[in-house]
Amino acid sequence: MIKGLGKWVDDRLPVSHFWNAHLAKYYVPHNFNFWYYFGSLLLVVFVLQIVTGIWLTMSYKPSAENAFASVEYIMRDVEWGWLLRYMHSTGASFFFIAVYLHIFRGMMYGSYKKPRELIWIFGVLILLVLMAEAFMGYLLPWGQMSYWGAQVIISLFSSVPVVGPDLALWIRGDYVISDATLNRFFALHVIALPLVLLFLIGGHVMALHEVGSNNPDGVDIKEHKDSSGKPVDGIPFHPYYTVKDLFGLGVFMFIFAVVLFYWPDGGGLFLEHPNFTPANPLQTPEHIAPVWYFAPHYAILRAVPDKFLGVLAMTLAILILFVLPWVDRNRTRSIRYRSTAFKVNLFAFAAAFIGLGYLGTQPPTTLGTLASQILSAVYFGFFIALFFISRRERTKPVPERLQ
Amino acid sequence: MIRITFLMFLIGLMATPSAKAASSDYPLADAEVDLGDKAALYRGAQTFMGNCASCHSANMMRFSRIGEDLGLTEEQLAELLPTESHKPGDVIETNMPADYAKETFGIVPPDLTLTARVNGADWLYTYLVSFYEDPDTLWGVNNAVFPLVSMPHVFAAAQGVKQPVYETEGEGERTRKTLVGLEAPARPGTMTEEAFEQKMKDLAAYMVYMAEPAALKRHQYGPYVLAFLLVFILVMYLLKREYWRDIKH
Repeated sequence: MIKGLGKWVDDRLPVSHFWNAHLAKYYVPHNFNFWYYFGSLLLVVFVLQIVTGIWLTMSYKPSAENAFASVEYIMRDVEWGWLLRYMHSTGASFFFIAVYLHIFRGMMYGSYKKPRELIWIFGVLILLVLMAEAFMGYLLPWGQMSYWGAQVIISLFSSVPVVGPDLALWIRGDYVISDATLNRFFALHVIALPLVLLFLIGGHVMALHEVGSNNPDGVDIKEHKDSSGKPVDGIPFHPYYTVKDLFGLGVFMFIFAVVLFYWPDGGGLFLEHPNFTPANPLQTPEHIAPVWYFAPHYAILRAVPDKFLGVLAMTLAILILFVLPWVDRNRTRSIRYRSTAFKVNLFAFAAAFIGLGYLGTQPPTTLGTLASQILSAVYFGFFIALFFISRRERTKPVPERLQ
Repeated sequence: MIRITFLMFLIGLMATPSAKAASSDYPLADAEVDLGDKAALYRGAQTFMGNCASCHSANMMRFSRIGEDLGLTEEQLAELLPTESHKPGDVIETNMPADYAKETFGIVPPDLTLTARVNGADWLYTYLVSFYEDPDTLWGVNNAVFPLVSMPHVFAAAQGVKQPVYETEGEGERTRKTLVGLEAPARPGTMTEEAFEQKMKDLAAYMVYMAEPAALKRHQYGPYVLAFLLVFILVMYLLKREYWRDIKH
């Protein structure tokens, strides 16, 4: 009976086709390591943010008058409201932790290279939209940092020549951050951007499944197929990687739960302390710090003395990722077989990103600005150096099959 | 090398200190907050209602919630209510009119519900015990961690008024005084120093609880969730090992 119903549906909807194409008969390399957990983890975190977000909107009031109090109402009077709110706020930070590690994985193993350029481009688009999503979500609690953080970032748009002030006005919907801004950010945060993210993630995964996954060796497993046309070094995603990723998910959730239950404000990084003061347009905080995941870009912004050029540098810091597949001219994918120069360059880039992240959370000092300038140079220098290093790079021989 | 980078990333993340709202170089004392000590939280609540709530509101905290969380009897809860006409479902409001407060103190005393989350327990505790004599101010007192505070020393009778120790730099008109420490009051208070400090620790603990009543729930459910996840991880690990037995690599 159930089997009959299943067949009835399957004749009309490609359920089993989808199952086979993306899970049971989707062949992936058998040598995925630690870094390959983050893709599926990100999908889980995305769903978690959507689900907790839906429940939060049931009690949240998107108005300047009531927003702050409604968040505290969720924390105190809504059944399990505190859990939903902390899952959502911790989820935001973990989203970025996983995204940054996921991107770094792609850079180490050359996952952006032919034929995966489009996957990479989808990925950078996801990063951009995710940042907008997080930025708008951060205004919603309507605390001091929500307000002044948004004030600082939106005022950046006014530094654009000619149209700047009108552009900032158009974004805010008012001359200052106000109820109108909160309302539109709420609309964008809960429906517009999540929808865009959903489509982009769909494109990202579809493009991935079209060409197949890369792996830590950077070897193309489709080059060696058995008589039935299956890659010899490939294993079906389900059940092998479903069980492996479930194990990874368990570890991830454990760390997530430790933070959620014992350290929800992340020492002021995940929930900034001044944000427990309601937004006050008349009182500028001493030190306006962005949330940690925007700190590297904020440090780049502050490193440039001219405001508009700073905005350009900050924007370029993300946009430059789009051209990475063409900046890297070497065909060897994995870091395992690349030159020392490449390794040094990549780790300098990662260290600069972390260093900028630290500096971005600190109040500006002369020394800090100088350090930000040096690290910004390292950040952009990575792409320039890579362009030249990869030209005539002496790489180690890449094996035919997975090691 | 990859592992080292990852570690560096984590350490960088953990080591990033966060900016505190109130800035002052005065060293903060440890408030030793233990949210498991319900008796201390109740004593703190009594101190709060008796000394703070006449001027400050805490308008996101309900009396009934305190009763539930601290396991209070009806009599114990009734003791916290300012008047007989207050109901347990009420939030902590002050009956001081805002314009009167503004006239007397220069500002409307801030709502205290979330103060502990903004400034931290140690700051709060140090603030409470660090009022000192300063004839140049409106109330004749100043505070080591909150310079030029508008609040009078509410516990002056209990603690006495501490004496400042200054270090002076420069000469003549350019003299700069910096506070380097506090000495015992000229006239001792009605409480011993230890008893008073304990009372303030209890008050700070209560205010930490008040800023986030959900902390009690977090600590209550946390161990069960973590225990479940450990079992989940173990089962998934064994399942993974079982499935992967036939993969050679």
